Amino acid sequence: MDFDFSEDQRLLKDSVDRLIADRYTFEHRRTFIKEPTGWSAEMWAQYAELGLLGLPFAEDLGGFGGGQIETAQVMEAFGRGLVLEPYLATVVIGGGLLRHAGSEEQQAELIPQIIAGDLKLALAHIERHSRWNLNDVAVTAKKEGSGYVINGEKSVVIHGDCAGQLLVTARTAGAQRDHGGIGLFLVDATDAGVSRKGYPTQDGLRAAEISFANAHGVALGDPGNALPVVERVIDEAIAAICSEAVGGMAEMLAITVDYMKQRKQFGRAIGEFQVLQHRAVDMFANLEQAKSMAMYATMMAASDNAPERRQALSAAKVQIGKSGKSIGEEAVQLHGGIAMTMEYKVGHYFKRMTMIEQMFGSTDHHLAALADGNGLF
Amino acid sequence: MDLSFTPEEAAFRQELRSFFTTAIPQSIRTKVLEGQHLTKAEIITAQRILNAHGLAVVNWPVAWGGKDWTPVQVYIYQDEMQLNGVPSPLAFNTSMVGPVIAQFGTEAQKKRYLAEAANLDVWWCQGFSEPGAGSDLASLRTKAERVGDTWVINGQKTWTTLAQHADWIFVLCRTDPTAKKQEGISFILADMKTPGITVRPIQTIDGGHEVNEVFFDNVIVPAENLVGELHKGWDCAKFLLGNERTGIARVGTSKARLKRIRELAKLEFAGGEALINDRKFREKLAACEVELKALEMTQLRIVADEKNHAKGKPNPASSILKLKGSTIQQTTTELMMELVGPYVMPFAASDEGDGRNETGYGPDYAAGTGPTYFNWRKISIYGGSNEIQRNIVAKAILGF
Repeated sequence: MDFDFSEDQRLLKDSVDRLIADRYTFEHRRTFIKEPTGWSAEMWAQYAELGLLGLPFAEDLGGFGGGQIETAQVMEAFGRGLVLEPYLATVVIGGGLLRHAGSEEQQAELIPQIIAGDLKLALAHIERHSRWNLNDVAVTAKKEGSGYVINGEKSVVIHGDCAGQLLVTARTAGAQRDHGGIGLFLVDATDAGVSRKGYPTQDGLRAAEISFANAHGVALGDPGNALPVVERVIDEAIAAICSEAVGGMAEMLAITVDYMKQRKQFGRAIGEFQVLQHRAVDMFANLEQAKSMAMYATMMAASDNAPERRQALSAAKVQIGKSGKSIGEEAVQLHGGIAMTMEYKVGHYFKRMTMIEQMFGSTDHHLAALADGNGLF
Repeated sequence: MDLSFTPEEAAFRQELRSFFTTAIPQSIRTKVLEGQHLTKAEIITAQRILNAHGLAVVNWPVAWGGKDWTPVQVYIYQDEMQLNGVPSPLAFNTSMVGPVIAQFGTEAQKKRYLAEAANLDVWWCQGFSEPGAGSDLASLRTKAERVGDTWVINGQKTWTTLAQHADWIFVLCRTDPTAKKQEGISFILADMKTPGITVRPIQTIDGGHEVNEVFFDNVIVPAENLVGELHKGWDCAKFLLGNERTGIARVGTSKARLKRIRELAKLEFAGGEALINDRKFREKLAACEVELKALEMTQLRIVADEKNHAKGKPNPASSILKLKGSTIQQTTTELMMELVGPYVMPFAASDEGDGRNETGYGPDYAAGTGPTYFNWRKISIYGGSNEIQRNIVAKAILGF
């Protein structure tokens, strides 16, 4: 039982924290978001230079050889900075799928490109009807020669508009909701059969609707049984956004407490009113509970026991969803009108929390999944 | 960062578990797990078994029978006791007056009181709250005046838990009426048989008799019964209240209760099916489990951080253990009531007035559900109400 970081982890944390504090202020972010891609190519190059894009990859491929803890540290800092770049999509999710399902050749070809900052990835998995059920896949893949032909539509593909390669789930066999018969395919985003409509999301990030009309795909892993690896990587992604959310929540609490000490009404700082103090304390308590569950998620995401791992990640997602919602809403309420404006920072954290609650399964979705299990204790 | 227990810690847990489950009578452990009140004899029996094996006062200095355990070991000890329904050693003896005497008392006081307290040969009760001094404890008015070689105590204490069983009481008294609030208070010991002490029972809303009023009418005790410095009793009180913060969340107790609710929900029926098949009930259970898992992790973080805080000066974050732990415990009582449905209703005050509700109607586990729900509303009130805990966090952590 030890909550301390190793020396290497401390160094990593310091350098990422410093990068975000210096180079990712709210004013910086405002300019980044106006770039054509909706994020900063210069920062992406910085991440490459610092080795962050190689964080979870094996050292013999040029990576850092980090695990869930290192990813959590980066994501927490990114949460504080409200980072816009496609790190989750490319490194955590795309990289995770390559690590767990890619052949040696695929890894050797693609991972060094990610590490260098040249390749962005996106997982195209959600469909209009599937909501958060990972097994509900209607997009089809038919074998043709050495590859596959992909047809169908994918929804809300996070950072799908900038990806060079898409990782597409598609059905090779079985009925729409069967757990078997789902494959994972690499599709070149410039393939003639791919059409993408990119758009901004509520929180200032980017996503795309993508349709596939006889697009050409190459299987990543077992084309008849990719669901377990998708579940695993989504669990890793949930752990990552739990840490990101903790960074955002901590920042919201700090900004709110600071504001309460400065903002004067009725001749004194509003932080002197006990009713408001107690609400800030509840934000603190919810933040601590969220931190605890983000750590639990970080630890459990690496577990090979899939049912136990999925329960743990569902539990973490429920806590993060609840804490994020209450801290976000209270941060706005305790500020008053100023937090309703685009030019003030708090509202942007609130929006990111609200979108995180919807990513990879809402609070209700994960609560239902937990209710169907055998209990956490 | 490694959140798993070491093989040594796992072995330590296993050793305690097998001791607790073999040495402490099953009948006592079942009553604890079902939230029933224990008799005086049962509480004494359990504590003497623990004490005979050096497990009653692990938090005391080693010289007085304590263990030189790591915070993680102390956590495992508490967790295993709670999981297995082992009654906690009487808090008034082992986590209140004992540590205060060990810290502030004279050698003579330590020799006289500590071993008896550890073995529950002497049952202590706590004379802190007064009718006019609840959350604002320092406004207490019970006074002790020095007359020759004695203290003469006059006043009234209230909410004195299990004073009906007690042999001795430790009393916060005002010894300097002219000093500022916290500054004229002293910590004085009194034998409950001393003439002038009267105990009057208070019946609580669950129907039980757990707490009392204690009246002091010209109660004369020897001057040597003062613990610590004169007028410095507030330091003793703060030290006492700061001890045992991590146990207050009672994570193990709530874990055991949730497991039991999950089992019992297979026996109860709703809509022609086992209640456990009811999605809404399961979701409520799951939501409570998530809160508890988060609290367990929070507790472990605080335990791991304990090495950075002096004894008696807990990490202020431990206030949230009380805040969250109390509401989770209360939620488990609501789930139990929901579980038994209409059989929460029958009420029968027991002859002993100890709050047991032996109605003879419905399943055995139903009788205690209503009383426990009502009784456990106290958890967010005692030991510094949840509002006081919020004040502490607001000041100590958020800097208001």
